Amino acid sequence: MKNEFQVIADLIEKDKKVLDVGCADGTLMKFLKDNKNINIRGLEISKEKVQECIAKGLTVIEGNAEKDLKQFPDKSFDYVVLSQTLQAFLNPELVLDELLRVGKKAIVTIPNFGYWKVRFHLLFKGTMPVTKTLPDEWYNTPNLHMCTIKDFFRFVKSKDIKIFKSLALNNLNSSIINDSNLGVKNLFADLGIFLIEK
Amino acid sequence: MNTEKNIKTLIVNKPLKLDCGKTIKDFPVAYETYGSLNSEKDNAILVFHALTGDQFVTGINPVTKKEGWWSYAVGPGKAIDTNKYFVICSNVIGGCMGSYGPSHKDPDQKIFGTNFPVITINDMVNAQYNLLDHFGIDKLFSITGGSMGGMQVLQFISNFPNKSKTVIPIATTSSHSAQNIAFNELGRQAITADSNWKDGNYTSKETNPGKGLAVARMAAHITYLSKKGLQEKFGRKLQEREDFKFGFDADFQIESYLRYQGSVFVDRFDANSYLYITRAMDYFDLAKQFNGNLSEAFKNTNAKFFIISFTSDWLYPTQENKDIVIALNSIGADVGFVEIESDKGHDSFLLDVPDFLSALKNFLDKSFEEN
Repeated sequence: MKNEFQVIADLIEKDKKVLDVGCADGTLMKFLKDNKNINIRGLEISKEKVQECIAKGLTVIEGNAEKDLKQFPDKSFDYVVLSQTLQAFLNPELVLDELLRVGKKAIVTIPNFGYWKVRFHLLFKGTMPVTKTLPDEWYNTPNLHMCTIKDFFRFVKSKDIKIFKSLALNNLNSSIINDSNLGVKNLFADLGIFLIEK
Repeated sequence: MNTEKNIKTLIVNKPLKLDCGKTIKDFPVAYETYGSLNSEKDNAILVFHALTGDQFVTGINPVTKKEGWWSYAVGPGKAIDTNKYFVICSNVIGGCMGSYGPSHKDPDQKIFGTNFPVITINDMVNAQYNLLDHFGIDKLFSITGGSMGGMQVLQFISNFPNKSKTVIPIATTSSHSAQNIAFNELGRQAITADSNWKDGNYTSKETNPGKGLAVARMAAHITYLSKKGLQEKFGRKLQEREDFKFGFDADFQIESYLRYQGSVFVDRFDANSYLYITRAMDYFDLAKQFNGNLSEAFKNTNAKFFIISFTSDWLYPTQENKDIVIALNSIGADVGFVEIESDKGHDSFLLDVPDFLSALKNFLDKSFEEN
């Protein structure tokens, strides 16, 4: 399992009710269900991935986060997880609002466009960055709204969203992000993980 | 319509008050079972059939001598694995394969015809519920069915919220739409316009309103297929001829196919039953039973739901299936949903659609493991 998922799992206490938005093949869901007795649900747009989840015995709803989150009542989950997908929505702000409406807390991870390798790539190669967390070319990427850790940190604060924990992930190391180290983390982390609440 | 042999029947002595106000008692419910009930009695699946189905789910139907209607899905090693599960299916009341219906005789030994009480989906599931007591089953492992079978699934779990662990409505709706009612009315009008119908008082197979019933079946059959499916299978292909005959014989293969579907249907189905069952479907509106709030229908159950729709089903389209998902999500129920890609239309649930069958199998088997 990805180190990112391990960090997300560590943020969630046992026996909680969790919705994994864009749950893909259900790897994180299965881990949470088996190891933390989580009452887990998934929302996934790809029919193939939905089938993989069903084969794992997971409860998953085929649907589109931009349209289908509205069917869930307010605060009906302890946590709502959104892993590396926010940047792919037409309206990320709306999705973020929905995550925080449906979940008592939300865990959002973003691939960091401020990561030094990304900056280096654009600066010296002069082409759109392709990295481990951003593997697609400019013409086939699903990402519409790339942001940096600093962008997201500031955006969340501007919306009066409470940040419980923000973590910078670089390969296997995760570290706390705060106001004073934001610039450094924004340069050296390829992934940001935020535990937030509204 | 049926030969009495090979039909297992439970006589329900307990009076059943129907939605129309009448009460029936000492009435037959015809059923069939597949596989065996385990000692814990926790492996039973109640399957509900659709409009023209019957209790003979799989294998050779002993009355029609044809494959059972859900042979692709039910059987040893199949999605609903009869090596593992005990499958029960019964003929709906109002039907014509042994359960109490319009072709039965009234206490004065006169065939009911249209004097049979009008029945509803609610009445159907209340009648079938008696099978649980008959087999000594406290809680079913699953209930499932497509189309009208799916309506019965929804009604059953609403009426008996603690009687099934899992619930699988397929290609269905919680409320019959105007379009659904319109197509059913077309079928009913075709039957009642046949001069042999005689207000439902036809008495033998030779003098039944077969032409009307065949037209009803032909019209309905079109609604079970998709435009793309029809086009790919038949297109404008001609039936065993080089050119048009410039007449009204079946020039096109699609015409010949529909005529065949109509004619074989008449051999196995009763016209009055067709009237009664389509009426029951038209009256089905689960939300209306709960003052317009569908979620209320499910608020007392903690069953695990899995809802399945098909991309090319325009009779019970994905959105109508999703409305059930939405109602369940709004009360925090355990519900999964998948829309299966298929160009076989509403009939997809009856056919060899591998993604559908594997989803059904995986859901059942994984849920059973967690039992």
